[in-house]
Amino acid sequence: MQVSSETLQPQNFPTTFLRGGRNIFKWLTSNRKMAIGSGILAFFVLVAIFGPLLTHVSPDATSNDIFLPPSLSHWLGTTKSGEDVFSQLVYGARVSLLVGFLSALGSIILQVAMGLTAGYFGGWIDNILSFIINVFLVLPGIPLGLVIASFAPLKGSVVITLLLIFTSWSYGSRVLRAQTLSMRNREFVEAARSSGETTVRIIFAEILPNEIALVASSFIGTFVYTIAADVVFEFLGLGDVTKTNWGVMLYWAQAGQALLAGGWWWFIPPGLCVALVCAGLTLLNSGIDEVANPRLRTEPKTEKLARKKQAEIEKAPQTQEEVVA
Amino acid sequence: MRRLLSRIGFYIVALWASVTINFLLPRLMPGDPAQAFLAGMQGKSVTPQLLASLRAQFGVTNAPLWQQYFAYLNQLLHGDLGVSNTNYPETVSQILATSIPWTVGLLGVSVIIAFVIGTLLGILVAWRRGSWLDSLLPPVMTFISAIPYLWMALALVYFLGFILHMFPIGGGFDDMLDIDWTSMDFISSVVTHAILPAFTIVLGSISGWILVMRNSMVTTLSEDYVLMAQAKGLPTRRVVLSYAARNAILPSITSFSISLGAIVGGALLTELVFNYPGIGYALITAIGHQDYSLIEGCFLVIAVTVLAANLIADVVYTLLDPRVRQERS
Repeated sequence: MQVSSETLQPQNFPTTFLRGGRNIFKWLTSNRKMAIGSGILAFFVLVAIFGPLLTHVSPDATSNDIFLPPSLSHWLGTTKSGEDVFSQLVYGARVSLLVGFLSALGSIILQVAMGLTAGYFGGWIDNILSFIINVFLVLPGIPLGLVIASFAPLKGSVVITLLLIFTSWSYGSRVLRAQTLSMRNREFVEAARSSGETTVRIIFAEILPNEIALVASSFIGTFVYTIAADVVFEFLGLGDVTKTNWGVMLYWAQAGQALLAGGWWWFIPPGLCVALVCAGLTLLNSGIDEVANPRLRTEPKTEKLARKKQAEIEKAPQTQEEVVA
Repeated sequence: MRRLLSRIGFYIVALWASVTINFLLPRLMPGDPAQAFLAGMQGKSVTPQLLASLRAQFGVTNAPLWQQYFAYLNQLLHGDLGVSNTNYPETVSQILATSIPWTVGLLGVSVIIAFVIGTLLGILVAWRRGSWLDSLLPPVMTFISAIPYLWMALALVYFLGFILHMFPIGGGFDDMLDIDWTSMDFISSVVTHAILPAFTIVLGSISGWILVMRNSMVTTLSEDYVLMAQAKGLPTRRVVLSYAARNAILPSITSFSISLGAIVGGALLTELVFNYPGIGYALITAIGHQDYSLIEGCFLVIAVTVLAANLIADVVYTLLDPRVRQERS
């Protein structure tokens, strides 16, 4: 019972989440993983928004400083056409994060629509939707996306965003469907139904708020996928290679044979940023998971307390005996 | 058994779905393979006869879509995947036949290594819950799992191959040697060329297995029957492996199907970075050359392999979980 007094319980999640900004901050720092994860994420979001103020060089500006290693004038060196890598990295954060975020947002809307519809209605609607979800679940997403992108008549961020949505929605839908299935016959849903609420209202105003923790964690998981997959598509040149983002940077580094020329400063930073953002999001997600599922927590404190209690219990009979004696 | 049969039915329909996607995609998009091939010839005079004969060669007809569809299915059943534009007149099946063994060898071995080591580590970490290993491994693994495969491959090639010269930086074998599966030199060159790409795939996928197994083990270890086994004085090894891990492994098998798609996607890029002569390399170069029939062929092979691996995972699950096995009663 020590646990419930010091940390938040799952049922508190939605209300805490919806209360004011200070509470969100308190909630985020209640778990170490969540604190680190959201810290990393906040850093990159700030870089994406305000970063361009730090650099005075345009990411596309070529110069005569060709393929130079990092120095004071070019913090992360230059590319083979003399562009500043640091400036590309900072401007690239905007595009990469935005494409990843919008795709994840589109995907979560699809996930909620599919999962909740399938789970709430059941019957043949569920059979058909579950089947579609399962087919998309087993089809390998990245190869499918690559094939579609290669056939697509257009290129650019919009096509990639659509592809990322298309290849990422199935897993979350399945999770949300299962949760909705277990919720459709609960008392509060029955009550809403018998009081004559419309189906749309029951699904979105009664059931959805109760699954908000699951939706949040699914959104973050999808965000991790969309950022990483976006880099893959851009790296292969399936997007618009003239618009700088982290994947496009890797594309040009590969095209310019940065690796064989020993230009680590060209391809290490963008990949590291992707890895850091994804790691931050994953930490945030497993932090939420730990808050929602206390069994996963490692808590030396409670273990110690349990041991102390055990020792007290063992001691207790002795004292009683002494009293008797 | 009934569950397994319904799963097999599902995979057959999923296979049909991927074949149909494969058929419809290029036909819904503007242009056709014959025109793409001619675009590659640039400026040479194109007679209508040439265009017509190329169209026949690439199987482009003006027949109604459903007729084309049945002709396509018929060809597939006879193993005819068309002709590759870029490697003309080699057929897609010939190209696939040379690249499949490389991918299956590399991917199969790395996935098995990652699964076995990852699961064992997961068991260890869960058993020693709260120890330094448990506080160190999961966050490190979270970070590693967040690294995109292609960048991990680039970084490994750069540091271990280019700077330290420990491993060859690309290819599936030493170009100087003839392909001869009986010579020791050739086989050892294949192995040394496979180490770094295999390491990339293992490193990229191992964290998933560790974390899934750890979380599932933690739940199982708190069960009463595990406490009972300990109370009976069974050796620790037996309690951990036959009581806890035996039951905790089921979620790992379930997550196999979900992770496999991601691992295959990552392996494609690993092959590209290492110039490894497998399916992924073939697919990505085909995309670069707009070699549509080869793209379709590669995707089909990947989809079939992933579906087959899923089916195997289902069979294993049925064998491991008595509740599913005895459902008929």
